[in-house]
Amino acid sequence: MDASTSLPATAGHHDPHAHAGEHEHHELGWWRKYIFSTDHKVIGIQYGLCGLVFLFFGFSLMMIMRWQLAYPGQALPVIGKWLPYFFGPNTMPDGKMTPEFYNSLGAMHGTIMIFLGVVPVAFAAFGNFVVPLQIGAPDMTFPKVNAASFWAFGVGGVIMLTSFFVPGGAAKGGWTSYVPLSDIADKGPGFHPFLNGQTLWLLGFIFLITSSLLGAVNFITTIIQLRAKGLTWMRLPFFVWSQFVTAFLLLLAFPPLEAAIVMQLMDRTAATSFFLPAGMIVNGAPLHISGGGSPILWQHLFWFLGHPEVYVLILPAFGIVAEILANNSRKPLWGYKSLVFSVLVIGFLSFVVWAHHMWLTGMGSTVSAFFQTTTLLISIPSVIILSAFFISLWGGSIRFTVPMLWATAFLPMFGIGGLTGIPLAFNSADLYLHDTYYIIAHFHYIVAPGTIFGLFAGVYYWYPKATGRVMNEFWGKVHFWPSLICMNVIFLPMFLQGMLGMHRRWYDGGQGWTLSGEHIWGLTGFQWNTPISWAAWIMGLAQIPFIINFFWSIKHGKKVNDNPWEATTLEWTAPSPPPHGNFIITPVAYRGPYEYSLPGREKDFTMQNEPVEPAERSRRATEPALVH
Amino acid sequence: MEIPYTISTRPDTGLWNAKIGIWLFLASEVMLFGGLFSAYIFLRLDAQPGEWPHGLLNVPVGTMNTAILIMSSVTVVLAWAALKMRRYRAYWWYMLATIMCGIIFLVVKLYYEWPQKFEHYGIFIKPGALEKYERYLGNNRRTEKGMEPRIEISGHLHNPEALKDPNVKEYEIGLDPVFVDPNNPANDRPHFLYAPPTDHIAKIEKEDVERIDSFGPWHSAYFASYFTITGLHGAHVLAGVLVFIYMWLPVSKKLYQRNPEHLANRVEVCGLFWHFVDLVWIFVFPLFYLL
Repeated sequence: MDASTSLPATAGHHDPHAHAGEHEHHELGWWRKYIFSTDHKVIGIQYGLCGLVFLFFGFSLMMIMRWQLAYPGQALPVIGKWLPYFFGPNTMPDGKMTPEFYNSLGAMHGTIMIFLGVVPVAFAAFGNFVVPLQIGAPDMTFPKVNAASFWAFGVGGVIMLTSFFVPGGAAKGGWTSYVPLSDIADKGPGFHPFLNGQTLWLLGFIFLITSSLLGAVNFITTIIQLRAKGLTWMRLPFFVWSQFVTAFLLLLAFPPLEAAIVMQLMDRTAATSFFLPAGMIVNGAPLHISGGGSPILWQHLFWFLGHPEVYVLILPAFGIVAEILANNSRKPLWGYKSLVFSVLVIGFLSFVVWAHHMWLTGMGSTVSAFFQTTTLLISIPSVIILSAFFISLWGGSIRFTVPMLWATAFLPMFGIGGLTGIPLAFNSADLYLHDTYYIIAHFHYIVAPGTIFGLFAGVYYWYPKATGRVMNEFWGKVHFWPSLICMNVIFLPMFLQGMLGMHRRWYDGGQGWTLSGEHIWGLTGFQWNTPISWAAWIMGLAQIPFIINFFWSIKHGKKVNDNPWEATTLEWTAPSPPPHGNFIITPVAYRGPYEYSLPGREKDFTMQNEPVEPAERSRRATEPALVH
Repeated sequence: MEIPYTISTRPDTGLWNAKIGIWLFLASEVMLFGGLFSAYIFLRLDAQPGEWPHGLLNVPVGTMNTAILIMSSVTVVLAWAALKMRRYRAYWWYMLATIMCGIIFLVVKLYYEWPQKFEHYGIFIKPGALEKYERYLGNNRRTEKGMEPRIEISGHLHNPEALKDPNVKEYEIGLDPVFVDPNNPANDRPHFLYAPPTDHIAKIEKEDVERIDSFGPWHSAYFASYFTITGLHGAHVLAGVLVFIYMWLPVSKKLYQRNPEHLANRVEVCGLFWHFVDLVWIFVFPLFYLL
């Protein structure tokens, strides 16, 4: 059948998947194939590479900040002299960081890590590359929209980076851009009305939101419409489920933030007062504004995104870890249905917990009681998921491959992050811990050793599918062990610092604060900054093996077959790397996603596209435990 | 390679791809405008007595725009139905009607309603000086009746140089009819018909003035949300019009000849978007013009 002349409308009685195995007859040029591609795999890899670069850049910003926290007011050796040439003369005069630059670094670290690093890698990169392959689809439903999504992300990223180089530097209001501070910051003499840090931050965000909107629409439609024949909802790999729920979170939670961003943009450029109350005095002079706005309104709209966003960061990591745990413990994922329903419940509840970020705003005890209850409720499905992962390991014959190392490390790291969040769910405990290093430690345990370990696991796991080669195992371990140790040296002491009462936004790292003289394990709260900072820098070095391994293995890694991990899901039935259109033979699913170690079989994995034999069918009827 | 179900429906879902796509997109649009409308509610509930203006917009013009948009929603459905019946000529005319409706709506908004606001000034009187301008404000009677006080005198500014020049000590403002006859019960509620500023000039001393602003987005939380929401809505109307123009140009005829169902599907999803844009206006109109 010639794909260029036959239309599904006229060939409706054919199985539309019959097209899937065919390839374009004409070769695309280099630009169309690798840069302006509409192929989901290329877009996924583009997202992944950009996202990883942004992750390292965002981490570098923090490595610079860690110098100021450990050695406040001292000149940064070696690179300190060069940074002013890069970021501008007023950022690090003589290698010493200015408070404004410190604030810029903090705000941009958060923004870049979350919106330009983790979301693009976890959702857009893995989702784009893996989801169509796992559901047996030839591509996403809207390939051009998919490319538009990537390029909108690119524009947003460039705007965010550009903001470092405008007069006054990048946004300084924190990644949350709380008003009224960010309404009035970066304005006045010395600032361009539009090309200033905060306004560019807002403009960049509009592009990033557009990007994730387009991606989310595409993902959901693809998962609903392009599942292979026989791939029913309860046969979907858990990773697909987690991406499905993540897409809904992005689709529905981002627009209210977009509304808030439009309003803040109006406040900054059209002199409205959405977030400014009457009677504001700035630098000793009253502001000429109408007033009548509300700073709390921004917080509500921001956290309406902000909390689902936390689950946008963690759910894809759950999905990746689930795939790898089942694959490397050689047994089915324990409690597949509980996992699916838990992830759906998390998706729903994540929309009604946002105000637990706002205990200190004085919302009133009724509102607080509501959000306390929902916040504690959402811990139930999270605990179910983590428990199911641990039980999945029970009795398995575990292979400690590199992806498995990262995936197993994810479990206790996410556990620490989750359990330390419970005190914060209570209004009364949070009053003490709010805005301290305890909070930093808590959410970084979720997103840094949690999510990012999940992402590394995914990179090592699906790398052979993208390239046909595996990454070097030894250097993978050299990457893993220092990262694991350093992560904990960085974040565990922060719990202690936070419980001492150290505030998270201090420019001098708490040096000027008398109570930080209290000792924990021989060091004061301030002195703990030094080991933390050294651990951060060593962790930076520990990423070098990964970077080299990543690029070196493209050409020189060990060649492997299409299914090197002996996995069961459909992406491993495609060639590595999959051609445009993905599958040689259109896959049909006959069974659940994790049929490892089926009794009575020669090999310990049964792929989803292997038909059920009559003998197996009768055995399944008598042994319900085998049925998924 | 071809993506399945771009035109035909998938048997188990009964849908083609773009139809799911557009509904998901609209769900996100609901959240976007939902965010803005909840901001409106939040700000309005927070407003101090007298701060939230009423009756400043031109209700007949707004009503006309509402009718135009509803009409365009009908014509876009007729255009889609004409395609389904394979009557391209009728489709072309209905589409043209839809595009014209959209353009008229935008022209009225951009060239009539919006610019008028920027020439209209509101003067907020300091709380201590309200008594001095009692004959324009009529607050004694309003307090008796239990109504919100008036704290602003609005109209056409006759000496705009007073805004800049510190030597001019008072503003001369051609009053809106309400302030000419503040104790008339007919002025307690906003009028349906728009009444322009009168020739009755009031002089208001600068030292009694808390703030003077034209009816732009900077005037109040009310006008801030008015301009933001109608602006964003207008951007959606513009986007819809541009897409419809593309579907109406000769290039659509080619697609029609190749695969009429494909064009019909496109019109259907864009029609759904257009209905949504109408629906947003159905909320905008009462919130800003009537309530």
